[in-house]
Amino acid sequence: MSRLRSVGLYVAGFASLFVIWHVASTWIIPSVLFPPPWKVLLKGIELAEDGTLWEQASASLARIATGFVGGSLIGIPIGLAIGSFPIVRRLLEPYTEFLRFIPATAMITVAVIWFGIGESSKIFLIIYTTVFIVIINTAAGVNAVAPNKIRAARSLGAGPFQIFFFVALPATVPYILTGMRLAMANSFVTIIAAELVAANNGLGRMIWDSRMYMLVDQIFVALVVLGFLGFTADRLFRWGIYAFAGRFSPVT
Amino acid sequence: MALVQLAQVSKVYRSLKGSDYVAVRDFSLDIEAGEFFCLLGTSGCGKTTVLNMVAGFEPVSAGQIRISGHPIAGPAADRGVVFQGDDSLYGWLSALGNVEFGLRMRGIPRAEREKKARHYLELVGLRGQDHKHPAELSGGMKQRIQIARVLANEPDMLLMDEPFAALDAHTRADMQRELKRICSATGKTVLFITHDIDEAIILADRIGVMHAGPASKLKGIVKVDLSEAERERTHDRFVAVYRQVHEMIRDEVAISLERTRDGAANSRKRSH
Ligand SMILES: Nc1ncnc2c1ncn2[C@@H]1O[C@H](COP(=O)(O)OP(=O)(O)O)[C@@H](O)[C@H]1O
Ligand SMILES: [Mg+2]
Repeated sequence: MSRLRSVGLYVAGFASLFVIWHVASTWIIPSVLFPPPWKVLLKGIELAEDGTLWEQASASLARIATGFVGGSLIGIPIGLAIGSFPIVRRLLEPYTEFLRFIPATAMITVAVIWFGIGESSKIFLIIYTTVFIVIINTAAGVNAVAPNKIRAARSLGAGPFQIFFFVALPATVPYILTGMRLAMANSFVTIIAAELVAANNGLGRMIWDSRMYMLVDQIFVALVVLGFLGFTADRLFRWGIYAFAGRFSPVT
Repeated sequence: MALVQLAQVSKVYRSLKGSDYVAVRDFSLDIEAGEFFCLLGTSGCGKTTVLNMVAGFEPVSAGQIRISGHPIAGPAADRGVVFQGDDSLYGWLSALGNVEFGLRMRGIPRAEREKKARHYLELVGLRGQDHKHPAELSGGMKQRIQIARVLANEPDMLLMDEPFAALDAHTRADMQRELKRICSATGKTVLFITHDIDEAIILADRIGVMHAGPASKLKGIVKVDLSEAERERTHDRFVAVYRQVHEMIRDEVAISLERTRDGAANSRKRSH
């Protein structure tokens, strides 16, 4: 398929989403509780002009970015250690295997009790939601390195440290990036849930406040922006993988 | 003293269920320095197992392997290995990066190792493919990168596990000729695994034929005393060696097939 055609189909797919939304809200369920796209757009422009939208969105994004980077920086070395040393795996698997089944949303209350409703609790939750999935993917990546890659390196004269840095690590990069991409999606889920429950600002808080005053248009603005930001973040991530780590991607 | 000595070597694999499988038992063989030795055997008879032990990848279960009289302690750069598949190549490195890997690990300066890597890439017929990554190359080209990677590291000994099995007939003939030339020019000692009798006769100074597994060892050794001109499939003396080797391996193929069938029947019985 040509590039132009695939982009065209993509745009058409998105356009159809808005067309169906428009049709549904105008004719099928005409209600003030379900605003059509153009009303949401107008509201969005209004909120963008007075700065509210940017303020709330950037608050959420800053928390995601901090927690995501922090969680990845913690998760990658732990995952590498778990994948490389059976002893570390035995020691740490109880943590990863137990805690990963307790979703970050279930930890919100605890986080607020521990860290208050400020930034710390949100960043803790994003780190929490990021770290396990990055650990698990990284460790799986280390274990998936073909034994012959290591053997070849040994008989070419590489020592253990060289094997780690020049074979195991680069061979694991695609798995690490996949883990981070999944973690990014999780972060969006978690931040909204956290802000709904306890925050002074952010898109989640914006949705919650709008509900109190029945500002349905405003809720929809937040939802659309959320979808758009998530989509963009994921695309940027994929583009980053392609641009900077593309050569690591063909897993062989 | 022979360069490589395998004395009464056995290898037992422990399965996940805890039962033992004796792949190789009392395998003895001496390979002289500079010799091209082909190990021939039916599929699953234990050829790769022997090579893995000589390479130092797998410990022996009993017996001893010595190189220049010293017991081996794991893999080392004196024994370069060409693997059966292509999963040993580094997908994130270019062809050049793969070929110079060993030199880089051993601290050879960039200019020197690139020059050497280019030389060997050219030697295996991959001139101008330096910057391609393994995923962009055909199976035959990938195999040639493996060979160049090992040659560039200049080991005393080459351990090659059916390196040409995946190549088309034409490329295979080219590679056989080239390998033979390089090895006689540099005096390398080679342990070369194949299941192709023709290939063994074209390349080898001696051919070792293995019994069918399990508990396999050498059935016999055939000396290939042919000149370059006689290493043609149509030559009378080639045909004579072929007959001799074929005679030895024919029964093993039959046994191997029978055992596979029995094995399948047994596991069917068990599962019913
Ligand atoms: N890691 C292993 N664990 C258990 N059994 C193995 C292992 N590697 C090989 N075997 C068994 O040992 C026998 C010989 O294998 P191999 O040396 O690969 O044969 P060949 O290279 O001659 O085809 C086979 O029956 C195989 O199933
Ligand atoms: Mg084999």
